[in-house]
Amino acid sequence: MLVANNLSLKVGEETHLLDVSFEMKRGGLYTILGRTLAGKTTLLKTIAGLVEPDSGHITLDDTDYSGRPVWQRNVAMVYQQFINYPHLTVFANVAFPLKKQRLSQTEIKSRVAKAIDQVGLKGFENRKIQELSGGQQQRVALARSLAKASEILLLDEPLVNLDYKLREQLREELKGLITEEFNAQGVVAYSSTDPLEAMQLGGELIVMDEGKILQQGPAKQVFEHPANTRVAEITNDPSMNLWNAHRDEGQFRIADGLNLDVPKHLSKVAAGPCILGFRANDITVAQDGVGFEVELSEISGSETILHLRRGDNRMIARVSGVFDAKIGDMIPVNINEGQLYAFATDSTLLHSPYEEKS
Amino acid sequence: MARIDLKGVAHSYGALEALQQFDLTWDDGGRYAILGPSGCGKTTMLNIMSGIIRPTRGSIQFDGRDVTDLATAERNIAQVFQFPVIYNTMRVWDNLAFPLVCRNTPKDAIKTKVEEVADTLSLTELLDKPANRLTADQKQLISLGRGLVRDDVAAVLMDEPLTVIDPDLKFRLRRKLKEINEKYRTTLIYVTHDQNEAMTFAQKIMVMDAGKIVQMGTPGELFDRPNTTFVGYFIGAPAMNLFDASVVDEHKIEVNGHKLAVTPSLSGINTDNLKLGIRAENMSLTNEPAAGQNALPLEINRVDDYGNYKLVLGKFGGFDAKVKVERDHVVGQGPTFMTFASDKACLYINEHLFS
Repeated sequence: MLVANNLSLKVGEETHLLDVSFEMKRGGLYTILGRTLAGKTTLLKTIAGLVEPDSGHITLDDTDYSGRPVWQRNVAMVYQQFINYPHLTVFANVAFPLKKQRLSQTEIKSRVAKAIDQVGLKGFENRKIQELSGGQQQRVALARSLAKASEILLLDEPLVNLDYKLREQLREELKGLITEEFNAQGVVAYSSTDPLEAMQLGGELIVMDEGKILQQGPAKQVFEHPANTRVAEITNDPSMNLWNAHRDEGQFRIADGLNLDVPKHLSKVAAGPCILGFRANDITVAQDGVGFEVELSEISGSETILHLRRGDNRMIARVSGVFDAKIGDMIPVNINEGQLYAFATDSTLLHSPYEEKS
Repeated sequence: MARIDLKGVAHSYGALEALQQFDLTWDDGGRYAILGPSGCGKTTMLNIMSGIIRPTRGSIQFDGRDVTDLATAERNIAQVFQFPVIYNTMRVWDNLAFPLVCRNTPKDAIKTKVEEVADTLSLTELLDKPANRLTADQKQLISLGRGLVRDDVAAVLMDEPLTVIDPDLKFRLRRKLKEINEKYRTTLIYVTHDQNEAMTFAQKIMVMDAGKIVQMGTPGELFDRPNTTFVGYFIGAPAMNLFDASVVDEHKIEVNGHKLAVTPSLSGINTDNLKLGIRAENMSLTNEPAAGQNALPLEINRVDDYGNYKLVLGKFGGFDAKVKVERDHVVGQGPTFMTFASDKACLYINEHLFS
């Protein structure tokens, strides 16, 4: 088990890590999800030993990693940038870290061949790095990490610099690779800014923001029960819509002419102010709906994403089908009350639509 | 503003053919995206329009005027690159005014134009700030603003302008681009490998592959009726499902031993490369297909739960298949079938759409 206790790091006045604690079990896949500058890369580098925290400890099983240099930690890391030895062949790149491990030639050969095969580069062993595409270069970096057979594999947004389509394809392969091959023995930590990627990887989710861990748990559980409004924003793309509201008898009052009925699962929300949250998918265009002004309409093939506004209340809707709206048009929409979240004014979750089901 | 015509244009780097010969018109005031994977020729296409590259063959016309031999500076093109190009030591105001100062524009005119553009881009409050104090998206807006202050700009060419922008700020920039397009009727041409960016930004998208223009169409057209199997793969997430098929009779095909009804007439068609393409979004899962319904058995391997929907992954014969289902869909026990309406299916002969 990889354990972090109260890791903190400040650079100048900037907080990079604040009281970060977690336990990562062997055989687990952990996705660290957060926006840019949330501290994800710093955290991975701290685990790898590339960054020394101001305070706190990291241990693997019973071994204290504090103060240990990189080469004495059992870690492999794949970066956003494709880092390889450009003058060496694919084979030599993957074999590189093994040479230091005093392994027999036969052992090295078989490990390298297996890793190259796993990442789908069989037949490319003798190519030079410069002759490869970006996607292939990142596969080489990944193969090197796999061949090392480290106990900890750190993947820092490894797909972010790849073409969109290639990213989709590699992500699917990666999931299989790290869950089936690597995962049995070690700990895998994968950082991402993309909620969809985090959901697809499944596993355990660690949500970070401004150097802190906001929530940790199985991906689906975090998605269904975000601990606070910030988590609700970070774990949804588009962000979850959040409105200030006031609970009255049978209604949530939001603004003049904008009220929502209190659904059964929110009946316990106390009278007074609260924050309501709902996802872009839970809005539909309906003739009997409330009028909203279109701030931006974006068609994406099978769906239309509408940025809508009524007074000070803004929301993003994702409706199916092609919906041709111009900036400034008024359209009537309904919000699915059955999917409403209620948060307290201090932003913590009060009730989720998934409560009864779970 | 201008209409841009490319006539018989082709380009090679030495022996390497980067762009195969093509004719193309960008209409005045249009909002376009050029979409394709790395190395498909999209940046070459953009550089030919901006004058950074002179094509090996063909000519380029702005409103009928031949500009093939004109340098970038003489073409009235504004460019926005992946990384903001701004003068960090200058104030925002001076950054925006720069192109006009260089052209000896009268002071009053500069003031009017800079203030107008700053207002459109919501930069008014930042005008006196040094540019290095700004966020990445604000800097990118200045790059764009420098193009817009000039009255004579034929088109704004953008090469992956949102790359360095935080996801939640991208919306602001996309919105500004659309507003500018509507307000000034500026022709905007936007290069990207990201189908989401292309689909959400453009009225029309040009899909490129291996130096060729494969399809030009609206986001809906590219999604519903991809011209080639490549477009079907490249547009949409997940990619279009493709199954090898053979002709049975005029309105029937056979896929892995299963007979299916199709809309286009296949009479007289004799091919050994026929494929059936269906979007994951256009199929449903059922345990008991109705009689006469198009149904293909699916062996389910995995269900990815994305929260808002589920993606069911499996095998049909030797083919991979994906079906998108509602978030509360429960994958049933026993044999499962993928069903779909015939008019949602696309047929491909030699990888090209047949209709």
